[in-house]
Amino acid sequence: MTPILRKLSRDLPAMFGLAIVLIVLLVAILGPLLAPYPGDAAASHLLRRLKPPSEGFPFGTDNLGRDILSRVILGARGALEVPLVVVGIAMTIGVPLGLVAGYRRDWVSESIMRFTDAVLAIPQLVLALALAQLLTPSLQSAMLALSLTYWPFFTRIVYAETRRLTGSVFVDALRGIGAGGTRIVFLHILPNTISPVIVRATIGLGFTILVAAVLGFLGMGATPPAPDWGLAIAESRSYLPTCWWFATFPGLAILLTVMGFNLLGDGLRDLVDPRLRRSR
Amino acid sequence: MLRFVLRRCGLALPSLFGLLVITFLMIRLVPSDPAAAMAGDDATPQQIALLRHQYGFDRPIWEQFGVYLGKIARFDLGESAFSHRPIALDIAQRLPATLELIVVSLLLSVGIGVPLGVFAALRYNQGADYLLRIVSVLGVAVAAFWLAIMLQLLFSMQLGWLPLRGELAEATAPPARVTGSILLDSVIDGRWDALVDALRHLVLPAVTLAFGSLASIVRFTRAGVLETLQNDFVFYERAMGYRRSRLIWLYVLRNSVTATVTQIGLLFGSLIAGGVVVEAIFDWPGIGSYTVQAILTGDRQVMLAVTLLIGAIYAAVNIVTDVVHGLIDPRLLDRP
Amino acid sequence: MIPLLRIRDLRVSIRTDAGVASILDGVDLSLERGRILGVAGESGCGKSTLIRTIMGILPNNARVESGEVMFEGEDLLVFSEAELNGQVRGSRIGFIPQDPLLALNPVFKVGTQLLEIMRDHAPEDGLRGRARGRAHVRRLIHLLQRMQVPDPETALERYPHQFSGGQRQRLLIAAALACAPGLVVADEPTTALDVTTQREILNLLREVVEEFGISLLFVTHDFGVVAELCDDLCVIYAGQTVEAGLAGAILSAPAHPYTEALLACHPDRTIGFQGIPGSVPSPLAPPPGCRFAPRCAFAVPVCSAAPPPAMSRSGASVKCVRYA
Repeated sequence: MTPILRKLSRDLPAMFGLAIVLIVLLVAILGPLLAPYPGDAAASHLLRRLKPPSEGFPFGTDNLGRDILSRVILGARGALEVPLVVVGIAMTIGVPLGLVAGYRRDWVSESIMRFTDAVLAIPQLVLALALAQLLTPSLQSAMLALSLTYWPFFTRIVYAETRRLTGSVFVDALRGIGAGGTRIVFLHILPNTISPVIVRATIGLGFTILVAAVLGFLGMGATPPAPDWGLAIAESRSYLPTCWWFATFPGLAILLTVMGFNLLGDGLRDLVDPRLRRSR
Repeated sequence: MLRFVLRRCGLALPSLFGLLVITFLMIRLVPSDPAAAMAGDDATPQQIALLRHQYGFDRPIWEQFGVYLGKIARFDLGESAFSHRPIALDIAQRLPATLELIVVSLLLSVGIGVPLGVFAALRYNQGADYLLRIVSVLGVAVAAFWLAIMLQLLFSMQLGWLPLRGELAEATAPPARVTGSILLDSVIDGRWDALVDALRHLVLPAVTLAFGSLASIVRFTRAGVLETLQNDFVFYERAMGYRRSRLIWLYVLRNSVTATVTQIGLLFGSLIAGGVVVEAIFDWPGIGSYTVQAILTGDRQVMLAVTLLIGAIYAAVNIVTDVVHGLIDPRLLDRP
Repeated sequence: MIPLLRIRDLRVSIRTDAGVASILDGVDLSLERGRILGVAGESGCGKSTLIRTIMGILPNNARVESGEVMFEGEDLLVFSEAELNGQVRGSRIGFIPQDPLLALNPVFKVGTQLLEIMRDHAPEDGLRGRARGRAHVRRLIHLLQRMQVPDPETALERYPHQFSGGQRQRLLIAAALACAPGLVVADEPTTALDVTTQREILNLLREVVEEFGISLLFVTHDFGVVAELCDDLCVIYAGQTVEAGLAGAILSAPAHPYTEALLACHPDRTIGFQGIPGSVPSPLAPPPGCRFAPRCAFAVPVCSAAPPPAMSRSGASVKCVRYA
């Protein structure tokens, strides 16, 4: 085991976060095998609507008689898919832009960074809502909107890191021995930006789960009957206060998952940048 | 000092301009035809063409941008496609309620978060510190809309202690509108009954909104205090017998809150964003519920206007936090 | 006459992840009224731990194993935190820090910080409330004038970063004297300054010792400064006092092999280790007995058996078996 992983393994909160992330990942992959009623992703059983938690239905049933435990389990896949795609796209846009802006020192670099700042000047959720609404509301639009508003975070980090490295002696030395710009950027600078990008991505995954849940809650993400956690909470609102379980369990699932990513992200950040150690 | 303020305002100009470009591009670059979308599904091609001409979508893009800038400069944000009222008017009416909610949430989270952060730092790596760290992780991870519903469920529906939604009870006559903030208006109007009722209505939305920012403020204050305690001047102040309470709460804290102040600027953004859903859930008559209404009715003009507004507020808040930063740390003011 | 400050057999250890580090292991020193005692040693010898022990501000993982710190007839080691803060720090013992820029709080006016000290620790003058505050401002301005700080009135309204290094150190000397202490502890107060300013500050310190009737404990790594300023000298090596006595006597005829080696290999009398073979031992695993023995040209087996007792030798006390 490399020293860095050994250090991470001593960080109890981060390990707790990693455990949550792995469990959610497992649930997402094995969902249909784990769910007591895998058919409840789409089916409805009007005879057992809104039953409180019991032995047969530990989390109770919803307005269409579907087992909430099953739907929470089945929802994990979507809950992870969305942020993975979003953060993936955001990285694909943001990292190259950051590399270019950081390595070049001309109007291209200036315009990229000005535009990045402008996008960052609007709270991400608001911009994503506006975008998702301008595109026709659907899960795909929501994911696109979230990606189009998250990339600047990566651009910023990669830009800062690239600037730091291009100013360093080692890049000067590479230029001195005649290495070309592309070669320097891809072989020497890019690898150095990986760890801050991974940290940001981990925190971004947790954050995107939250924002995606908001979009789902507002009806701009997944569409019924998809077992989406945010959507379920929205649907539950008409059945309060009698059916408390309807809103509670999907919400807890969001809370736990986001917490897992945040704890893991904090731990990773401490490793990459010990200066920011929260446990100092 | 004045020069410092002006310089900060100057620095904000490019990003305000970028904000205008982005909102403008959003209308233009979104794949569907804006005129067709405005006209609705049943419109005839003639109607669409008329709208296109009316809104100038058939003119060159630079010209359209110029027109757009001109309108913004006159506070003409367009008309809501559904209420057919000027958006600027709607916003002016609703903004005070939103600001009231955000400011109260911010006061709550700062008022509770800063002392808790200091407390956690002084109990570094002891039980209370761990407890606060767990709570602050939860605070960042919780979905505001879910927390809102859970609080409603417990405090309004089950216990019946607090009202479920709205700004005032039906039975309470609203105070005369002066500022638009119910709290301030009640005070100005001398309507103590309305003030009490308004406060009761404010509790749940404000607490919901404050929870997330409270968590970040605790984290940042704690980190700031821990960092400040490492400084030589803390040793000097202890060696010269500064009274402990004043050492911590005045001399150390003022150095530590610089990071927290920056954080408050960022938090304002997340409070506005978080306010969107929280307002909708609590039926709070502000910009947030206006936004959700626009989402549900597909009212693009309103969406864009709100985006622009929030971006502008965010920029203004960042200027203010920079100035406060300068007031707290005089070294910044002397920097060229 | 009883000395103003007498430290005897002080042992302090610090618990670390790597084990228990014995930082101070038998420090003895004594400072008479009205005199200047230089405490000299290279970095890492425990000087700052010594200062922290006197002020009672040790880190949580530190422990005083044994010894006493007698100040004006009382052992400071038995004082509670509240007693130290109320009766000793800032009032009876003034402190001058090493780096005046880092020691001043950057976000408060200099006047606010200096008056904060006087608020709690200035001697009783029968005044209350605002009258007392005004009297403090007057005394402070008077002091700053004496310290040759230009424009004392406006200086109180300025922030630390608006002063030069030398001026800041003058402010802090004023602060140390503000509450009429008997003892002032100075932690290398001139290292952060340039040479000319250094000289000015040393002259100023010399003058105020007489004028204000204080005693000065001057911690340094610089024998040149000791020669210029100090009446008495206490040399510390790896947490142990090795030699103490009149500064002039020790500098002209060092008795302990460590002092001797240091002074011999450095004509400019600045401490360094080039001339001494080996390196300073780790406080985690210090050599038994005399800690200098492994590097000492005169070492004999008995050196490592037990710490050598203090021997008297022409105006100095030396801890070395050569003089037994």
